This record gives sequence, C-alpha cells and structure tokens, in this order.
Amino acid sequence: MKIQREESWGYDRRILDYIQHAAATGLYEIRGLGAKRALPHFDDLVFLAASLSRYPLEGYRERCTTTTVLGTRFATRPVELAIPITIAGMSFGSLSAHVKEALGRAATECGTSTTTGDGGMTEEERGSSKTLVYQCLPSRYGFDPDHVRRADAIEVVIGQGAKPGGGGMLLGQKVNPRVAAMRTLPEGVDQRSACRHPDWTGPDDLAIKIKELREITDWEKPIYVKVGATRVFNDVKLAVHAGADVVVVDGLQGGTAATQTVFIEHVGIPTLAAVRQAVDALEDMDMVGKVQLIVSGGIRTGADVAKALAMGADAVSIGQGVLMALGCNSDSWIRGARPDGSGGEHVPCTDDYAALGTAPGFCHHCHTGRCPVGVTTQDAVLEQRLQPPVGARRVRNYLKTMAMEVSTLARACGKQNVHHLEREDLVALTVEAAAMAGVPLAGTNWIPGR
Amino acid sequence: MNAAVDAATRVFDLRAVPLREVNRFLHSDLGGVREVRIEHPDGAHSIAVGMDAPVHVDIVGHAGYYAAGMNKHADVVVHGNAGPGVAENMMSGTVRVKGFASVSAAASARGGLLVVEGDCGLRCGISLKGADVVVGGSVGSFSMFMAQAGRLVVCGDAGDALGDSLYEAVIYVRGEVKSLGADARFEDMTEADVAAVAHLLARAGLDHDPRRFRRIASARSLYHWNVDANQEY
Repeated sequence: MKIQREESWGYDRRILDYIQHAAATGLYEIRGLGAKRALPHFDDLVFLAASLSRYPLEGYRERCTTTTVLGTRFATRPVELAIPITIAGMSFGSLSAHVKEALGRAATECGTSTTTGDGGMTEEERGSSKTLVYQCLPSRYGFDPDHVRRADAIEVVIGQGAKPGGGGMLLGQKVNPRVAAMRTLPEGVDQRSACRHPDWTGPDDLAIKIKELREITDWEKPIYVKVGATRVFNDVKLAVHAGADVVVVDGLQGGTAATQTVFIEHVGIPTLAAVRQAVDALEDMDMVGKVQLIVSGGIRTGADVAKALAMGADAVSIGQGVLMALGCNSDSWIRGARPDGSGGEHVPCTDDYAALGTAPGFCHHCHTGRCPVGVTTQDAVLEQRLQPPVGARRVRNYLKTMAMEVSTLARACGKQNVHHLEREDLVALTVEAAAMAGVPLAGTNWIPGR
Repeated sequence: MNAAVDAATRVFDLRAVPLREVNRFLHSDLGGVREVRIEHPDGAHSIAVGMDAPVHVDIVGHAGYYAAGMNKHADVVVHGNAGPGVAENMMSGTVRVKGFASVSAAASARGGLLVVEGDCGLRCGISLKGADVVVGGSVGSFSMFMAQAGRLVVCGDAGDALGDSLYEAVIYVRGEVKSLGADARFEDMTEADVAAVAHLLARAGLDHDPRRFRRIASARSLYHWNVDANQEY
C-alpha cells in the first residue's frame, strides 16, 4: 500500500515535536546558541566593487587600515584596536576557564578586545587579555569595583539579542563550586539572572548610573551600553542621551548559553534591520563619529563584517562564531597539540553528541554543560578537551581570516580604510533585505519604504 | 572652599569644588588624610563612590544617587537623606544614613554594613550578595528581591513581596510584614538568629529586643525548575 506523506505546513514535524514535548513535560524548551530560522541577513546584500566609476586598490600591496578606536566621546582613554572585530561578552560559567583564557590570548594576538560575561571577571581572562571589556549586568554576579578599575572599558548590558527583555539562565549542572562561589549562589541551583538592573530604572536613571561608573573610573574608561535589538531607533537614542560612549546593538541572531527557545526564535529584530535603525538614530542625533556603534548577532564571516561596517557600524562583536572556531559542533576534539596549539590528534566525539540526543552540526546543548568538545562546560573532564593554546590558535586564525576578508573587500571598493566602506557600496538581493537595510534592490534604485 | 582642618582631616565644599575633584582625591593615596568632610552636598549624585581606603567620610547634608557606591574599607556617614542605590555593590566598610534612604539601598552589596536610621524605600537589599543591612525604620515593597546572601534587619515594618525569590539571604523583621514574595517563608528564630540580630543592632547602635524579630528565609522550592510553579519564575 502506498504511504501518504503529505506534510502539513502548519503542523510540520517541528511543530508536532514541540507540541508533543510540551504535552509530555509541561516545560518549555531551554537551549543554547541562537535563532535557527531563516532570516533576512547580510548574505542578502552584495558589494558594488570598483570598476570604471570607482577606482580599486591593489588587493595584496596597498595598505588598507583596519585600526578601530572606540570610546572617543567622554573617556580619556579610548580603546584602540587593530581590527574592527571584537569578541562578545560570554560568561565564565557558560564557558570554561580554558575557553576564557583562549579567547583572551587570541584577542590579544589579533590586537582586539574580549569581554567578560554574567559570571564576573576571571583571572584567566584578565591575565590573557590586553584589552578587556567588563560587563555590568542586571544580575551583578561577582561584580567588583576592583575589576571595574582593572577593566579597559565598561559595558552596561541592558539586554541581548537572543533574549531581549529576559534574564539569563545557568542550569544547575553548570553551577559547580567555583561558579557558585563567584556568583554567591548555592552549588547546583538552576540559576535565574535578573532582567532588570537592581539600582536603576529607565534611561534617566541610566544616565546617573553611567556617571557613577565614570566617577569610579575617574572618567578614564569608555562606557558601552548594550541593547538587544527591538525598538532600536529609540533605544539607541536613549543610550546616547544617557551618555554612552559606545552603543552595542545585538540582533535577533545573537546567541546565548541557555534561554527559552521561544525567546531565541520569536523576540527581537534581525541584525540587518537593527544596524540600519541604529545608524539612523546616530545620524538623527548628529552623533556619527562621536558615539561608536558595535553590531553583533550572527556575524560569521569577513563579508558580514564588511557589510556591517558599510552600513555604518564601527566594529562588530562575535560570540557564536568564535565558539565554532573553538570547535563547537565539530565531530572531534584535539589531543596532544604542540605548545603553540598546532598539531595534535583529532579524537572523535560523535558518541558524546549522541548521548545528548544530537549530532555534530546540530548541537545547541550548551545548557546541559556536557559539551562534547569542552567549550560550554564546567565539567572537570570535559573542559580538558579544549586546551587554551589550541583554542587561541584557532580563534586567532578565524579572526585573522575575517580581517583579511574585510580589507580585501574594502580594497576592491577602493577604500584605504575599512571604515570608509559605505552604504553606497551595497545593494540588496531581496526586497526584504532592501527594505530592512535601506539599500537599493540590486539593479534598481528602489529602496522599499523610502 | 577646600580647607584642611588639620593634617589628618580634609574638608571639601561641593558648592565650590567639582565632585570629580573630590572623588579623584578620595581615589588617591590620600596623603595621610584619615577624615574627609564633604559640605553642601545638596543632593549631588555619586558622592564618595569607588572608595578603596579605610578613611572616614562625613557627607554633611542630603546625598543623591549612589552615595558611597561600591565602597571598600571606608566608613561613610550621610548626615541627611540618601537617594537611590546608597552603598550599592558595597564590598566592605560601613555606610550610615542618619535620615531616610530611597530605593535600592545596598543593591547587590557584597560585604560591609549599611545602617539606615530612618525608613528605606522600595527594593531595599535587592540582589544582596553578602552585606548586612540594618534599617531603624520600615522598608518598602520588594525588599530583598532575589537576595543571594547577607542579612537585613528591619526594626519597623516591611511592604509587599518581601524576600521574593530569595536564595540564602536572611531577613529579620520586628514589625508587620504586608506580604511575602514567592518562595519566602517565616521560620523559627534560633538562638543563633537572636544572637545575630543582637550583634547587628549593637553595631547599628539601635536598642531593640532581638527576640521580638521574626525570621524570613527561602523555602528553596524554586531552586530547581518546577512546572507547577510557572507563575513564580
């Protein structure tokens, strides 16, 4: 007999699985990483490189500057980076200490910054990071004025792209003795981070909070304000009004260590749309070049970076991409590498993915703490699977690759500085992307809605 | 006016000296100064924030937001009322408010002692992480929300949702409690609790019978995901 296999669009296997899981457990799903749904993204834009109407630079000879300066508005010691690609805030707790050290080493080798996270500052990351951004989050886990003084910049986190309006989570299996002590929590508790700051409410209060941080740091360090992308135009204006030196806008594709899937997939706007709204806000306030804009949320490649810069960002910030460079979703981990992180033996770990009910390429099980490649874990055995030299080497290579791609694209567009890339260099491949990014549909002069 | 009363004392008049200059001095090696007197604060924000030395600071008048924020080691007295976030994220030392304190007093404070001789507004001790807080008067609603460690002693009454989502912090209240928050519960006072309250009252210079206080702590029923408590998260 013929088996009928007409799948319902509205009740496809994904929705059936959701309903059946909800019915069986009464619990919503919590998972890691970012949105998996298809969204308008930087892939939907392409560059109009030089030809007769523009003059290119020689791709391998002529200098193309990538230097990036952040925090020029009020801070007496702005952050100067060699490349416009930074490492996003990710907590110790969600990540192992080895990973934090590896990220710091890689960032330092590439002349860029890394960022703390919800768990406070570890000595591993401070020691390995030349430039370290210290987050001031609603939870204030481990928040310490000594760390404020030791930081190179302060980032006040209002929200993040994976969960605007929601607080973080760290499930009990990752709250080991060290994490618990840093966060002043009982060991093994299913930790819920606050979504509101404890000592201020609203943008007028934020202005006073920022001034407190400036007073504590004697007005030396840049203050960033990070928002999850929702009402970006208004939020960026309010952040600037509150006195931010730098605004970080994290789009819907941004990742997390653990959050409800309903947040990850259904809250916020895509990064592509967020960048344009943020730049519109800065232009509206005449703050372009005075307040710097960092964009994050699904930045994966040098092309993504270049397009974000062309749309008006001063820098990007990457979380999930660097985790994947470390080995996230790989089918093996590296054992016995040389001291410089090269070489070593690839040890298969597909069975460990299977034990989590997943497979390499599909894993989003950061929340379990059983990361098969030792990245998002606090397990003493598993964390040995990612040694700092190996991780540092891989992330350094990833950052260098992207930086080279950005400058290659900039040269092709005739720019001697990657920050000279501009919206006029871009067109969109889809109507949706044209509308969100505010650039013409390819082959036309049409920008929907403008 | 910026005058030196003696070598160990320094006086700043905030009507004459910018706050930035005062705080910068307080962050310096202090040059042997052990007492600092800040006159005419006039509700300025962020007075004496980020202190990191065992110096005594008198703020002679009302302070705005974040007075003595992130204090370490210093002994700060506000001779008036304090605005939101007094002693926020304090690490050690003592802060005393002779008058009333606004919202979020001692928010996320990790150590040291805050004494408020009058009343506190909403969210007193929110997100507390190890400090002690003694309030001579009453506290507003949502006090000790998500407090993780440390102790709050309230000599007056407490508002709604006291101790909502507590972790290991403990609250002692002498007067009425309008309502408890999620997962907070009254518990019996042990002799150790009585001794702790007596000790904190003595440090605060307040005279009450410690046996008249009631203890509130976490029932710990929300420490792990619980499908039957979905509105509590």
